[in-house]
Amino acid sequence: MSDALTRDEVAKVARLARLVLSDAELEVYTEQLGQILEHARDMNTLDLTDVVATAHPFGVTNVVREDVVTPSLDRETVLAMAPHVVDHRFAVPRILGEAP
Amino acid sequence: MKSATQIAADVRSGASSASAELERTLAVIEQRNPELNVFLHVDVEGARATAASIDARIARGESVGALAGVPIALKDNLCQVGIPTTCSSKILEGWRPPYSATVVDKVIAAGAVPVGKTNLDEFAMGSSTENSAFGPTRNPLDPSRVPGGSSGGSAAAVAAEMTSISLGSDTGGSIRQPAALCGLVGVKPTYGMVSRYGLIAFASSLDQVGPFSKTVADSALLLEVLAGHDPKDSTSLPEGAPSLVAHVNDGVAGRRIGLVRELYDGADDSVVASVLAAAQALREAGAEIVEMSIPELGLTLSAYYLIAPAEASSNLARFDGVRYGLRVKADDVTAMMEATRTAGFGAEVKRRIMLGTYALSAGYYDAYYGQALKVRTLTIDAFTRAYQEVDLLLGATTPSVAFAFGAKTADPMTMYLNDVFTIPTNLAGDPALSVPFGTGEDNLPVGVQLLGPGRSEAQLFAAARVLEVADGRA
Repeated sequence: MSDALTRDEVAKVARLARLVLSDAELEVYTEQLGQILEHARDMNTLDLTDVVATAHPFGVTNVVREDVVTPSLDRETVLAMAPHVVDHRFAVPRILGEAP
Repeated sequence: MKSATQIAADVRSGASSASAELERTLAVIEQRNPELNVFLHVDVEGARATAASIDARIARGESVGALAGVPIALKDNLCQVGIPTTCSSKILEGWRPPYSATVVDKVIAAGAVPVGKTNLDEFAMGSSTENSAFGPTRNPLDPSRVPGGSSGGSAAAVAAEMTSISLGSDTGGSIRQPAALCGLVGVKPTYGMVSRYGLIAFASSLDQVGPFSKTVADSALLLEVLAGHDPKDSTSLPEGAPSLVAHVNDGVAGRRIGLVRELYDGADDSVVASVLAAAQALREAGAEIVEMSIPELGLTLSAYYLIAPAEASSNLARFDGVRYGLRVKADDVTAMMEATRTAGFGAEVKRRIMLGTYALSAGYYDAYYGQALKVRTLTIDAFTRAYQEVDLLLGATTPSVAFAFGAKTADPMTMYLNDVFTIPTNLAGDPALSVPFGTGEDNLPVGVQLLGPGRSEAQLFAAARVLEVADGRA
């Protein structure tokens, strides 16, 4: 595992997670996340080379159903809770860097 | 107050009515909610309509379900169609779900009357409800202390006798820990026994919905209603609901119960004393108590605090200001998402999202998340070995009785350590429950924890019932 968590790493993680941190928050989170990761290093005392990872407690198998159309939520009901709707669609601010 | 079992019997027999039971509940809520901050929303009109329809069905001679006329409180991470659902987060403030959770549909079909949505730590991340965006819930037994969390509101609703039963969710102890701190029975069922459809996801491989109640029989009754296969949840177990109420008085004669050192070591003296006294009570009821050590459990806290945040960072990516909830306006879509998430999430949620994002990121995945998944395997194997020797396990639920506001907020690890005894069973997917036994500091309740292998709920309730009787609670 890596050495102590750096401020730059936390800033990068915040960007990936779409969060904006103030300098003060960056400071606090760097210390706190470092502390939690430090605690996690007790797992390094184990030799886990031959242990298989578990992602699901009882082992998942694919769940399939008959390929038939069943009722789903009404479009207007779903759109009713959206922050911005245009022409029966979810609307967002521009996505590309240049104006269309 | 009356148990849910009693309310349902009275409503069915005509000795009481759903409307009368609801009005009692609403009166207690009106009296105590301003001080305790248990409910974020009370659906007075909807609940009155539901109760009236149950009374009308009974008047027509129709049969009503196992929870006929029983008022019930719902943790505010469970969707109920048309009813504000916030997860105690600013990012969902004002949102009204277009559908109901399967468990909500099931309790309504069984005749229960949902009265409102209870406070929690934001997105169920916390152990005290101090992380709610809408203020903490106070412990009805001592309002200067926390009720525990994350299902603190659902625990407080029952402890304050607003309702006899409530629903919570348990990812790392979020039902059992507040149950212990509020003097209640709280159950984390076998993973997959209860549908997660409509439960807003925190850590999907760990989350499970379960009951709170004052009595063991009421939790058994409610879990029977909740359990069973749901095609809408792909992790749902294939079988139907187990028979639980019929086995509550089965006792523990001939059962082997492991007293696990790692599940009470380091707890306060009064908690350890309660665990040892519970072991003695089970022994006197005919169980064989086997002292055990399961060293692997010492590593589960570290694994949990990587696995749960990793899953959370993925689950909470959906809160991006596009389809529902808060949107903070900005010029382009990335800035909008950043502004929305920054304004909408509280500090603990941000911390866990970042921790999870880090644990899953390139270069660190194997070292943290991958390692944690392997520790999860060791945990499952260790429990499997233990259950070859004994039927059930016994330990503490929490390291201490209910603590004061602010006592564990100085740094995140202090709060996380509160979950050290409850986390192992979530990683294993097994069921566990907390039942009050004895008292600790300032006469506050202590919870002891019973754990069992997958699908052993009936045995857990029977053992809990033995402790309930031995503790003079029934």
